[in-house]
Amino acid sequence: MPLMIQAILILGGTGLVFAVFIALANMKLWVWTDPRIEIVSQMLPQANCGACGLPGCHAFAEQTVQGKVEPSKCTVSNADQIAGIAAFLGVDAGEATKRVARLLCAGGTDVALQRAEYRGLPTCAAAAAVAGGGKGCAWGCLGLADCAIACTFGAIRMSATGLPVVDVDLCTSCGDCVEACPKGLFVVRPMDDHLLVQCKNLVSGDGVLEACQVACTTCGKCALDAEAGLISVATGVAVIDYDKIALATERAVERCPTGAIVWLAGAQFARVPALSSAEAA
Amino acid sequence: MALFGFKHGVHPPEEKELTSGLPIRRMPYPEELVLPLRQHAGKEAKLCVKVGDHVERGDPIGLADGFMSVPIHASAAGVVTAIDWWPHPDGTMAQSVHLKVDKYAPQVPRPRLVPKWEGLTVEQVVQAVQNAGVVGLGGAAFPTHVKLAPPKDWSVHTLIVNGAECEPYLTSDHRTMVEYPERVHFGCRVMMQTLGVKKAVIGVERNKPDAIAALERTKPADLDITILPLTVKYPQGAEKMLIQAVTGVEVPSGKLPVTVGVVVQNVGSLAAIAEVFDTGLPLIERIVTVSGHGLKRPANLIVPVGTMLRDLLAYCDGVAVDAAEVIIGGPMMGQAQSNLAAPVVKGTTGVVVLTAAETRAEKVYPCIHCGRCLEACPIFLNPSLLGDYARVRRYDDMADLHLADCMLCGSCAYVCPSNIPLSQLFQASKVALRRAQQAQKAGAA
Repeated sequence: MPLMIQAILILGGTGLVFAVFIALANMKLWVWTDPRIEIVSQMLPQANCGACGLPGCHAFAEQTVQGKVEPSKCTVSNADQIAGIAAFLGVDAGEATKRVARLLCAGGTDVALQRAEYRGLPTCAAAAAVAGGGKGCAWGCLGLADCAIACTFGAIRMSATGLPVVDVDLCTSCGDCVEACPKGLFVVRPMDDHLLVQCKNLVSGDGVLEACQVACTTCGKCALDAEAGLISVATGVAVIDYDKIALATERAVERCPTGAIVWLAGAQFARVPALSSAEAA
Repeated sequence: MALFGFKHGVHPPEEKELTSGLPIRRMPYPEELVLPLRQHAGKEAKLCVKVGDHVERGDPIGLADGFMSVPIHASAAGVVTAIDWWPHPDGTMAQSVHLKVDKYAPQVPRPRLVPKWEGLTVEQVVQAVQNAGVVGLGGAAFPTHVKLAPPKDWSVHTLIVNGAECEPYLTSDHRTMVEYPERVHFGCRVMMQTLGVKKAVIGVERNKPDAIAALERTKPADLDITILPLTVKYPQGAEKMLIQAVTGVEVPSGKLPVTVGVVVQNVGSLAAIAEVFDTGLPLIERIVTVSGHGLKRPANLIVPVGTMLRDLLAYCDGVAVDAAEVIIGGPMMGQAQSNLAAPVVKGTTGVVVLTAAETRAEKVYPCIHCGRCLEACPIFLNPSLLGDYARVRRYDDMADLHLADCMLCGSCAYVCPSNIPLSQLFQASKVALRRAQQAQKAGAA
């Protein structure tokens, strides 16, 4: 069978030539990658959530191994995992300031007026496009749980009064809820920032209380007692200058007649509302 | 091409007989007017009064901020009592000026606020129309002077006047054409001479024979104006559908009508142009159809801009016991209102009050792929597939399927046997897509 042998020789020979070429090219173009990158990458949660500000867990591993980023910048990993990465790399874990998503509205159905009944698509985005959603306050939480659906980590559950409750232990500060909320009510803040204005209503004066009992009326009492410049009420709602947050005291909260400004230690609400029965089940 | 019509579309019940025979009457001033600074497409007007100021009827309270903006004028003499956030008919809150109306203010002779049209140059006409705060009165409130000054690189050959009024219930344009046909023609004259076009076509749906007759009767001999009866179909009054019906040309996706050489203007806006040059007063009132089976006394009214819905409805003897929903605009594209404190703005074509029976929520079933929405969509999109994508938030795929061309006419949702709220899905998707694009832009910058 000379024809068969011929074919084997030709194909085999060509294969050999290319194999040698690839082997040489591989030697010539070989790039050293740190094997630790792959190992650190495996130690990360692989959520690729982007909360660290990098495109994904592999990129974070690269930067950590190079020493550009501290392991603690991964907000999804818990303290043990971060300590593990730090020990493996022999670096300092870095200062981990736990950041969580905070809702800037406390107007649940128990305190806020529902002016009109909304019967359209049950998503916040759709409700916001129709007459602002029927709530008496045009800035307030619509309570249709777009954020809870967006949360990859199951950290948001709806309360019985129609407000999302963030589980601070599960929250990884990835910021998906910030993007999901059509009213822009979520902010990601360090856990240590205790003082928070839980209202975005820009209407001034007591008239706003008609729409919501826990709204900021811009009375300015919180600002009077606080350190100069910490709280301003010029824009229609109290605004905290977070550059000066270290000066914050609980005085401001005590002075607030409506409870719009809160002092948070851990949980999201000063009064944690009960989870809705469907959610709790 | 269908003769003087477009393909697809739907035939919702017209319900126009409630008000189509009622003459336009003037509504008396309410106690208080609320004038939002944002009443038009483009930039919000710049506030130019302060609390305590006394203003005369027609005085500016907000000035135009750039070319894509128009001023806002006081609709009545009175005192500015507050400037604050107030519910806007679009569902948001807007900075608004509150006027305590001086109902018995004496009519003081004063110089014209808008010059006479005769003898003005093109630039002066554009300026005068902007200063008079004239916007498109068909709903979108696009500043009229911008249409009068089209980009130089396009030549306009036809002015198309939109008298279709395809939205159910609304009859304000119909009554304008019947009662003020000369104003429509005079507005036509102003626009034709300013744009330098020789030809104008007034498109009117065939269900308004009295309007067609009135326009024919008063047609000026020296102008080439054609009154074109159009097929009765929704959305015949959508800009791109109307152009297609009149010229047979389709406006390319994402392009303005001027790229096919036409400018479209609503009859109400033409009458407004005629009125401001006639009376010398800026645009401070508009014709509003107040209708619906949930309303005790439907009417076509001349309403001062800034009248709160509750005052307007009270003037019409209030709402019936079974009234359930108040809509600004028509039932197809209008905005449901959650607060009757929201004022009538320049773009408010009508206020419709629906009964509980009419607004009953229907159970939504899964899509059965019957294809009725495809046959209804006037711009030949695939609402069924778009709806599927919207539910799973695949907004980028929706953009590829030309979501941007959807004008939210609601024809797809109207015909859907499964009661899928397609139009609302698309509205929410458009907002989500815009937010995502903005976030992307902010991230890139």
